[in-house]
This record gives sequence, structure tokens and C-alpha cells, in this order.
Amino acid sequence: MASITIRNAVKAYGAVEVLHGVSVAARDGEFVVLVGPSGCGKSTLLRMIAGLESITDGEIEIGDRVVNELEPKERDIAMVFQSYALYPHMTVRDNMAFALKLARRSREQIESEVNRAADILGLAPLLDRYPRQLSGGQRQRVAMGRAIVRNPAVFLFDEPLSNLDAKLRVQMRSEIKALHHRLGATMIYVTHDQMEAMTMADRIVVMRAGNIEQVGTPLEIYDTPANSFVGSFIGSPSMNLIDGVIVANGAGASLKDGDGTLWPLPEHAVPHIGRSVQLGIRPEHISLQTGGIAAIISSVEPTGAETHVQMQVGGKTIVAVLRDRPGIAIGDTVAIAITDERSQLFDLQTGLHLR
Amino acid sequence: MTTRSKSRAGALALDILNHGALALVALLFLFPFFWMISNAVRSNSEVLAIPVRILPTVFEWDNFAEAWTTLPFGRFFINSLIVSISVTVITVVVSCLSGYAFARLKFPGRDALLMSYLATLMVPSIMLIIPLFLIVNYLGMVNTFQGVILPVAFGTFGSFLLRQFFLSIPNELEEAARIDGASRLRILVSIIVPLSMPAIGLLSLFTFISQWNNFLWPLIVMTGANNATLPVGLTLFQTQQGTAWNYIMAGATLSMLPGILLAILLQKLIYNSIALNAGMGGR
Repeated sequence: MASITIRNAVKAYGAVEVLHGVSVAARDGEFVVLVGPSGCGKSTLLRMIAGLESITDGEIEIGDRVVNELEPKERDIAMVFQSYALYPHMTVRDNMAFALKLARRSREQIESEVNRAADILGLAPLLDRYPRQLSGGQRQRVAMGRAIVRNPAVFLFDEPLSNLDAKLRVQMRSEIKALHHRLGATMIYVTHDQMEAMTMADRIVVMRAGNIEQVGTPLEIYDTPANSFVGSFIGSPSMNLIDGVIVANGAGASLKDGDGTLWPLPEHAVPHIGRSVQLGIRPEHISLQTGGIAAIISSVEPTGAETHVQMQVGGKTIVAVLRDRPGIAIGDTVAIAITDERSQLFDLQTGLHLR
Repeated sequence: MTTRSKSRAGALALDILNHGALALVALLFLFPFFWMISNAVRSNSEVLAIPVRILPTVFEWDNFAEAWTTLPFGRFFINSLIVSISVTVITVVVSCLSGYAFARLKFPGRDALLMSYLATLMVPSIMLIIPLFLIVNYLGMVNTFQGVILPVAFGTFGSFLLRQFFLSIPNELEEAARIDGASRLRILVSIIVPLSMPAIGLLSLFTFISQWNNFLWPLIVMTGANNATLPVGLTLFQTQQGTAWNYIMAGATLSMLPGILLAILLQKLIYNSIALNAGMGGR
């Protein structure tokens, strides 16, 4: 097992720079998730760690070795691809044994390692099948088995669950997390799905446009986003963002939005009176309350455990997640309240979180 | 007649028309082969007789044995096999290596080199006969197998065909193999080539048949009956005393057999490989 340290990593394709000096570290045995929208550079960064992309500037260390100039096979890493990348002309057994054969291990060693990995992943009955005879979930397990047999220092996952259906994705998330717990290996996991990031990571690295926006534990990122992008990207449904100006309201402060609606703010907003900001409210921090802010229901989506409600407040669309099953319908006028001490403030110009 | 029975009758008529047209085309393609075999089993005088008879009056099956023994036919077969197999093997090996280099390796001038390589396809091969012969003569390879084999074994078509096929193989397979520890050559041998058997099979088949049927170049480079390949050897039935057309047809019929056998063998390989590639990359 090994730690990974990335220092000021830059990646450019000709004149186009796609990674702008990112620095991040993964501790030995840690499960780090790189998350962000398409094109943010997370897969590029992962491929640079793997050695499949060259690094334009900066350093990548695995353990205590700088690996910039090393071939992938010399970095002691294993990778699970989005498309599984199983060799279609080889059986499951041969797929898993391929790397060991290249390393000139003995037949007994190869058999032992393959069987061990197969037992961990429940692949023993499938060893003589070809990839085309397997389901998506089975193929994904074979791809993980191919990585496990090598006992690498670091596991790299490049959106491995993207091609699976929703139910299987949830199941495989748990299996990968259980695998991490069992092996105690360092794992770097790339996904665009913030739910995967929240449920699987020890730490999350949120990326955008070639930069790292924030690094932290899932709850740190969720509760204290560094900027409005992180706040709206993490969490489903997304955080509601309301533009306005902080105005004095008695002893406290409120946000006055473009329609003149006054939104209550926490105490720490008082020093920022007069500032133009974005108010971030998580959907679950909105509740129905008599005497609150008027809203007109525009959509009601019951999911069983909760109800997602879209409503219009002035000209803005606000999304709320309600635990109870309120007897509301489209077109109803309701009154809402927000848990103001949980709301977030972001500078309107920079998007940065205001403390 | 109801609308339903009208459309059924119309579909039937169209079916008959389609099958009829296909049968006609098949007949046009197959008739030369039938005519060759028909003339192979009749007497020479009957070959040229008017009126023309589709089937011989007397079937002379001995013509095959006569053709085989009148000239050193066995020798012609072996010479053709040596030339065809050698050219095929060299072509496939070189095309795999060069096709992979053009498909996957990044080096300065690669695309320009590929374009100039492809441009040579525009040159009619007949124009290269004289310069190639001069080179072969200069190297002292006239009347040798290497003189026949080497100039035709390094063609552009195979490289281009395999390059295009290699480009269709997902890059992630190679990346996975690189991470597993494979070198470029190992990736080519263990991953790319097994997945490219349809294209390699086709290239092998075309190359083999093309060299098997190659008349002009072996005629120019080789002298003497013992060095002749089959197409050249068949012409030795044309003498000053006359032409033994029935023996030529018998010899030609025998000459077809290895090509047909190879096509049958490779057909299964090509079809199985296409089925395998359907699941390529785990998709």
C-alpha cells in the first residue's frame, strides 16, 4: 500500500492547458474520490497517475517515488476502466492471470492468486467463461479481480459504474466499499456522480475546469462548501441559490432578492450587510410553515420516503425535500420557512463561501 | 381478391423476381468454372469442336492424371506453394507491424509517411516490373525464390487494411495491457492480433490467392520448367505442335483446389472472429 502525492500537476495538449497546477494527496489506505462535471480534468488526472498520460509539469509521487517518467507497469498500480477493458478473446481466468504471466510467476502462484481473487469477488463459477457471456456486474467484478491479483500499491477506478443500471450501481458501490475495507488499499476513484462520491469516499476532491475547488470529507464538503459551485454540485436535489443583497432586519439580517422577498439569514451574515451575495439553501432545510414566505407549488414528486416539491417564489424556482407527505397539489399557495442557521452565503462575484 | 391476398401475391412475385435475378447472377459467376471442369474431362478435339457441347460425349477422367504427369506438375505445385505461403507470411507479419505502428505509435512525420505510403497504391504495379527486375538482377536473385518472393511481399495494401482495423480496437484494451505490464510488441501479439483475425484472415486469403494466380512476375524472374509456378507451368501445354486445352483446363482445375480449401478453412475463422469481436471491450 502507498500514499499518493500530486504537486502542481499541469497537463497541456499543445497550447491548451486542461489541468492548472493541481495539488492533492491521498494517504496510505485512503479512499479518495475525484468528482466533478464532464471535462473538469478528473479522468486526465487519474490517467496521469496511471502513467497513461504524460505530465506536462509538476510531480506525482507514489509512495516515496517520483513516478513522472515511469511506465504504467513500473508504478505498481492497477486500474479498473469504465468500459471494463476485458480481453474478449480470453476467459475470465486468463484475463485475471494475464498480468501474472507477464510477470513470469509460476503456474502455482498464478492459480493461487486467481482463485483468491475469484473467491473474494464470487467469480469462481465463472472462471472458464468469456466476457461476452457475462452480465455487466460480472464483467465489472472481473475487471476488479484483474486488479486485485496484482496486489498493487494503489487501485485506480475510472467511472467503473457508469455503464451499469441504477440498482446494480448501488449494489456495486457497496461491494467496492467492502473491498476497500477488506484490502485496506489506497484507492483513487473518479466519478461524475456526486452520490457515489458522498457514499464511498473517505475524502472527496471536487474539481472544475482543471482546478481543485475543495478537498474534504463528504460531510465537510456537504455542510461547508468552499464556494457556490461545490455547494450546488454536491447534494441531490441541488442546493437552491438565491441572488440578493444583505439588508438589516431589526437586530439581524435578511437577504433581499430581486423580487423584494426577504429571506432570513444566520447571525454571521450581519457583518456583511450591504454586500451582494448568493444565499444557498439545501432542499431539506425548507419546511412548510404558516406565516412564512409565500410560494406557489409547481411540481410535486413523491419518492415514497420523501416528497420533492418545486415551487415558485417570486420569479425563482425553489426545490424543497419534505419528509412528511403533505397534502399539497400543483397550483397551491403555501408558506415556507428555512432553517437559516444551516444556510450558506457566497460572495456574488467570486462565489466564495462567506464565514 | 382481398387486399391481404393481393399483397401476399405481390410479395411472392417480388420474391420470385429477386431469387431469379440472383440465380442468373450466380449462373454467370459459376459458368466459367463449370466450363473449365467440363473441358477438363473431354478430349482436346472435342474442346474446339463446333457445335459446342455443354457436357462431353465421353468423360475422360484420365486427363487429370495425364496433366499431372506430362509436365512436372507436382513441382509446379510445390513452387507455387513456396511462393504463395512465403509472400503471405511475410505480408501478414510486415503488415501487422507497420499497421500497428501507423495506428498506435506517435512519432514525428507519421501521418506524412502514411500518406506517401498510401500514394504508392496509385502506381500501377505493371509500371514497377522493369525497375524491380533491374534490382533483382543487380542483387543476383534472378531465377531464385527470393527474387520472386521479396519484391511482392512488402505491399502497401496490407498495412493500410490492418491499420484501419487496428484503429477500431478500443484503446482501453491496450491501456489495460500496458498497466498489466505488456510491452508494445506483446500487446500486438497477445491482444491486437488475436482480435484482428477477421482482417488478418482476409488479408491472408487475398494475398495467397493473388500470389497463387500471379503469372507475370514469376514468368519474368524464373526460367526453366522446374522453377515454374503453376500459372507459368500451365502455359507449357502450349507447344509448337499445338495446345492441349483439355490438359490446361485439367491443370487449372487442380490449381484451384488449394485456394478453395484455404477459403473454406479461413471462412470459419473469419466468422468466429467476427462473433468474438462483437463482445469487444466488454460492451
